[in-house]
Amino acid sequence: MKHLMDINDLTLSQIDQLIATANDIIADKDKYKDVCKGKKLATLFFEPSTRTRLSFEAAMIELGGSILGFSEAQSSSAAKGESVTDTVQTVGCYADIIAMRHPKEGAPLAASKRTTVPIINAGDGGHSHPTQTLADILTIHREKGRLSNMTVGVCGDLKFGRTVHSLINALSRYEGNEYICISPKELVIPDYVKANILEKNKIEYIETTDMEEYMPSLDILYMTRVQRERFFNEADYVRLKDSYILTPDKLKSAKPDLSIMHPLPRVNEISVKVDDDPRACYFKQVVNGKYMRMALILMLLGIEVK
Amino acid sequence: MKIDSIVNGIVLDHIAAGNSLRIYKFLNLDDLECSVAVIRNCRSKKYGRKDVIKIDSIIDMNLDVLGYIDPNITVNIIRDGKIAEKKHLELPERLVNVIKCHNPRCITSIEQEVDHIFKLTDRENIIYRCAYCETKSDKEEIW
Ligand SMILES: [Zn+2]
Repeated sequence: MKHLMDINDLTLSQIDQLIATANDIIADKDKYKDVCKGKKLATLFFEPSTRTRLSFEAAMIELGGSILGFSEAQSSSAAKGESVTDTVQTVGCYADIIAMRHPKEGAPLAASKRTTVPIINAGDGGHSHPTQTLADILTIHREKGRLSNMTVGVCGDLKFGRTVHSLINALSRYEGNEYICISPKELVIPDYVKANILEKNKIEYIETTDMEEYMPSLDILYMTRVQRERFFNEADYVRLKDSYILTPDKLKSAKPDLSIMHPLPRVNEISVKVDDDPRACYFKQVVNGKYMRMALILMLLGIEVK
Repeated sequence: MKIDSIVNGIVLDHIAAGNSLRIYKFLNLDDLECSVAVIRNCRSKKYGRKDVIKIDSIIDMNLDVLGYIDPNITVNIIRDGKIAEKKHLELPERLVNVIKCHNPRCITSIEQEVDHIFKLTDRENIIYRCAYCETKSDKEEIW
């Protein structure tokens, strides 16, 4: 594998390898502190995403490498009308590896055809964001010790939430996972996800509007935000928004080893009162995201650490 | 040109009845200097009715495109009045600059020099998806 565009570019054994490397980094950070010395990561963010960019930059710095790049299109030559592929080809002359975010779907793939430097898709519009999914996978693996045989609740905006689609996609490659899809009727999982992933792989799933009904069966609850602009009218939004807000009260019937996840940033869909619950994992996802990005950088640069 | 007696040329046989003009247009046969015969609605043992196109010259042809429009077409290359080669088409795995992606959020909508690439993702139902954004192609539409 040269580039990472989509979570499905990775084989299961490559995912295992990334998890193993990330766990090794967590266990012995010192061992990795100089392994990318002299290497440069370029973060090319044609659309701002401070959170993801800082995670990539922190990852490279902790590996002993350096960083360069831009954080929005206005500060790059794209503002002068240069094509994305030209920009990336130019940067490829300076950097050893590129993390790229762009509002258009497939932009990192188009760029990857014009450079020999490995490119990581750091989000291309509503299409793919594989390193978020890697963060989710490492979190689940660390919390549960497995990636199979789980009942996974996904809640909120299941129609537009690409992190949810990508997670379902990734976990569908492991055995015995089933899904409880909790959302308002307006924001149910799209047909193509049902047809191409769930039904194709004969995966069990239930669609419901009621979060509490299935709470006791869940091993994972993956929350996403229900955005106001997804609704046709304000009345529907106001009527529905509270049903998809997680509170300590709603968690009363949940398993003691439930893992509560969220790709962040959250607005109000998880009450801050849940933050102190030991089952809350969303800030661990942030940390794990950095370790998975470190593991990924090493893999793409072909650096092995003994 | 006598329709039946091509010496050196190409015969596209077993075209689904009604498809010949689309193929004629798509292969830009209008631009050829040589003679071209479009025979519509002739009887076929295999398909009931079929169209046939005869081209009185051996030209370069994008067989991927042809396979995409109609994988049942047979391409006969005629040399010295005999069939020198018979090619059976199939659905191509990849189409480059044959179908256009119409997703306004796709990178191909803003970058002029990026090739429009579609991949066959479901052979049974003949579904092609954009390599960049995974949007499904519209079977009727060809660039
Ligand atoms: Zn596209």
